[in-house]
Amino acid sequence: MAEQTNDTPLLQVRNVTKHFDISGGLLDQLKWKEGKMRRVRTLVKAVNGVTFRILPGETLSVVGESGCGKSTLGRAIMRIHRPTSGEVIYRGKRVDNLSSHDMKPYRRKMQMVFQDPYASLNPRMTVRQILEEPVRFHNPGMSRDEVKEHVLHTLKQVGLDPDWNNQFPHEFSGGQRQRISIARALVLDPEFIVADEPIAALDVSIQAQILNLLMDMQQKRDLTYLFISHDLSVVEHISTRVAVMYLGHLCEVAPVKEIFNNPKHPYTQALLSAIPRLGGKKKSHIRLGGDVPTPINLPSGCVFHGRCRFADERCRQEMPPIVEHATGRVACHAVEEERI
Amino acid sequence: MQPLLEVKNLCVEFAMRSQVLRALRDVSFTIGKGERLGLVGESGAGKTLTGFSILNLISKPGYISGGSILFEGRDLAELTIEQIRDIRGNRISMIFQDPMMTLNPVLTIRTQMVETIKAHQKISDKEAEKIALDKLQRVYIPSPEKRLDQYPHELSGGMRQRIVIAISLLTNPGLIIADEPTTALDVTIQAEIMDLLLELCRDEDMGLLLITHDLAVVSEVTQKIAVMYAGRIVEMGPTRDVVDHPEHPYTRGLIAALPQSCDQGQRLLQIPGIMPSLANLPSGCSFHPRCELCQDICKREVPVLETKASGRHVACFMVK
Ligand SMILES: Nc1ncnc2c1ncn2[C@@H]1O[C@H](COP(=O)(O)OP(=O)(O)OP(=O)(O)O)[C@@H](O)[C@H]1O
Ligand SMILES: Nc1ncnc2c1ncn2[C@@H]1O[C@H](COP(=O)(O)OP(=O)(O)OP(=O)(O)O)[C@@H](O)[C@H]1O
Ligand code: SF4
Ligand code: SF4
Ligand SMILES: [Mg+2]
Ligand SMILES: [Mg+2]
Repeated sequence: MAEQTNDTPLLQVRNVTKHFDISGGLLDQLKWKEGKMRRVRTLVKAVNGVTFRILPGETLSVVGESGCGKSTLGRAIMRIHRPTSGEVIYRGKRVDNLSSHDMKPYRRKMQMVFQDPYASLNPRMTVRQILEEPVRFHNPGMSRDEVKEHVLHTLKQVGLDPDWNNQFPHEFSGGQRQRISIARALVLDPEFIVADEPIAALDVSIQAQILNLLMDMQQKRDLTYLFISHDLSVVEHISTRVAVMYLGHLCEVAPVKEIFNNPKHPYTQALLSAIPRLGGKKKSHIRLGGDVPTPINLPSGCVFHGRCRFADERCRQEMPPIVEHATGRVACHAVEEERI
Repeated sequence: MQPLLEVKNLCVEFAMRSQVLRALRDVSFTIGKGERLGLVGESGAGKTLTGFSILNLISKPGYISGGSILFEGRDLAELTIEQIRDIRGNRISMIFQDPMMTLNPVLTIRTQMVETIKAHQKISDKEAEKIALDKLQRVYIPSPEKRLDQYPHELSGGMRQRIVIAISLLTNPGLIIADEPTTALDVTIQAEIMDLLLELCRDEDMGLLLITHDLAVVSEVTQKIAVMYAGRIVEMGPTRDVVDHPEHPYTRGLIAALPQSCDQGQRLLQIPGIMPSLANLPSGCSFHPRCELCQDICKREVPVLETKASGRHVACFMVK
C-alpha cells in the first residue's frame, strides 16, 4: 500500500526456527528402541529455518494452511516465544536474545493484534484502563492529563466514541472490540505491527471497516505490517509482498502481483487455484493428494513432496534451498531445474 | 411441477422472559429437485435457524410460530415426531460446520456407518458394510477399507467432513442442508469439499441448501441465492444475476465491501453500523439505520419480498 521509503529493512528474520518440546515427563519420554531403553523427546517443528526481511512501510502477508506455523512465526518475532535458533534483527539490532529489560524499548515499537479481540482484552478493565496502562508503563514521565489526552486521541483515530471510555469489553460488538485492540496496539506509537488474523472473527461488512482502519493507520502513521491471514482475497488486496508457508517452511516470497499472477512454487499454485471467486464459474482446482503431514515427523527432502505433482527422487531426498529469482524467492527443485 | 421443498412465510420466535424475539420473519423460498440454493448473510441473520426449522430441530425457548414447510408435497409442520424422524436423516440430510456434531467420537467409522444404514434399511451387516465402502469411495476417501476401522480423532478435519458427507449419502437423500460445511477448513480442502458436493448434487439430482457467509463460495456452487438480514430474506434470484447486479441496498453493500470489488490497496466500501440484535429491531425496514436510500416510509413500514420489474425478488421500497 504505502510507498517504500528506503531499502534498509525494518525487520530481518534470519534462519528462525521454533520447536516446541511436548515430550511430557521423564516417564513419558522413555521408549524401547533398538533393544535399549532410550529417552525420546517429541518436538513439534512449528517453524524451520525461515528467512525474510520487511522494508519500512510494507505489508508483508504470511499465508498457508492451518498449523503451518504462521502464528508461531509472528510470536517468535514478537518474542512471545523465544526462537529455538536464528536471529530477529530490528533496525539493525539483534533483538531475539535481549533480556526483558533491554527488550522494553522495542516492545513499544513492535505491537501485536490478535484474531480474537475478546480473549486478548482484559474483561475486568474499562476501555480507558486498557489503553492507559501501557502508556503509563512505557512513559513514566507523562502527566495524567497527557496520558488521558493521548488515549482520547487514539480512540478517535480508530473511530471509537470517547464517551465509551468507561465501558467494559463485553459491552462492545466484535468489530468494536477489534477497534479497541487496534487502539491498544497504536497507543504506544509503534512502527511495526504483527496482525494475526485480525478480521477472521468478523462479519464481511465489519471486516471492511477494520481493513480500512488498518490501511488508514498505515498511511497516517507510516506503519509496517506483518499480516497473517488465511483469507487470500484480503491478502491480495492489502499486501505489498506475500510469503507462503508450508509445514513451517517458507516456500515462496514475492510481490503481491507476482504471486497472484504468476505463482511459481507448486504449493502456491495449488493454494491460489483454490480461492473461491465471486461471480466466477467454478474453475478446476489443483487437487492436492494425500494429507498434511504432522510437524512432529517432518518428511525427508522437500516437506511438500508427498502432495506435489512434480516430486521426483531428488525432492524426496534433498531439501530445496530458497533461491533468489528476478521477482522473488522460491524453494523448489523443479523451479530451479526449470522443469516447471 | 411441485418443488422438492417449499418454505412459505416461515416465522420463528424465541419466548424470552421479558419479550418475544422474532428471529425469522416471513421466510419463503423453494428448492426444486436437483436445485442448489445458497443462503447467505452475516452472523445472526437467521441462516442456521432456517435450516433447523426444516428439520424441526428448533428447541425451546424457540418455536415455529407461523408458515409452512412442504417437502415432497407433505407439510413437515403437520407430521408426527416419528414421521419427521423418518424424513430427517433419510430424505433430508444435514452437514454441519463441525463434523463432530454428526460423528460419535467413541465409535469407529464402520460402526457409525453400518448403524446408520441399518436404522433405515433391513439388511445384514455385510451388505451394510458394502454400501458404506461404496459411499466412502464416492467421496474420494483414500484407502477406504482402512478408514472403516479408524476413530474420528485419527482423521484430519477435511477427512472427517468427507466422512460426514459419505454418511449423509447413505440413505440417498433428496435434499442436503449444508450449514457452513467448509468454514473451519483450509481453502484447498474447502475447494475439494465444494467440488465434491457439487458433483454429488449433479450426479444424484440432489437438492442443496448451502448456508454460508461466504458469497464467493455460494457464487461458485449455487444456481439461486437468498440474502438474509435480521431474520428476513431481503433479496433472492439467480446467483449470477444477484452477484453481478445486486438490487437491495444491503446486498449491494455486502458485495461492494469485498476486496474483490475494488482496486488493490484502495479503501473498501463499508456499510456503516452493525446488524441490530433481535431485542432491538428497528421499526419498519430493519436495514434502515444503515441504509443510504432510507426514506420516511422505510422507518414506518416493513417492505415485503416482492417480484420487481427485473424479475428479482427484493424487499425494498426504493427498488422498482
Ligand atoms: N505452545 C505450543 N506448544 C506446542 N505446540 C504448539 C504450540 N503452539 C503451536 N504449536 C504447534 O505448532 C504448529 C504451528 O502452529 P501455529 O499456531 O503457528 O499455526 P498457524 O499457521 O498459525 O495455524 P492457524 O492458521 O490454524 O492459526 C502446530 O502444529 C501447532 O499445534
Ligand atoms: N436459543 C436461542 N435463544 C435466543 N435467541 C437465539 C437462540 N438461538 C438463536 N437465537 C438468535 O436467532 C438469531 C439467528 O441465529 P442463527 O443461528 O440462525 O444465525 P446465523 O445466520 O446462522 O448466524 P451465524 O453466521 O453466526 O451462524 C440470532 O440473533 C440468535 O441470537
Ligand atoms: S521441491 Fe520437488 S516436491 Fe518440493 S515443491 Fe518442488 S517439485 Fe514439489
Ligand atoms: S426499504 Fe428503505 S431502508 Fe430498507 S433497504 Fe430499502 S431503501 Fe433502505
Ligand atoms: Mg494462527
Ligand atoms: Mg449459523
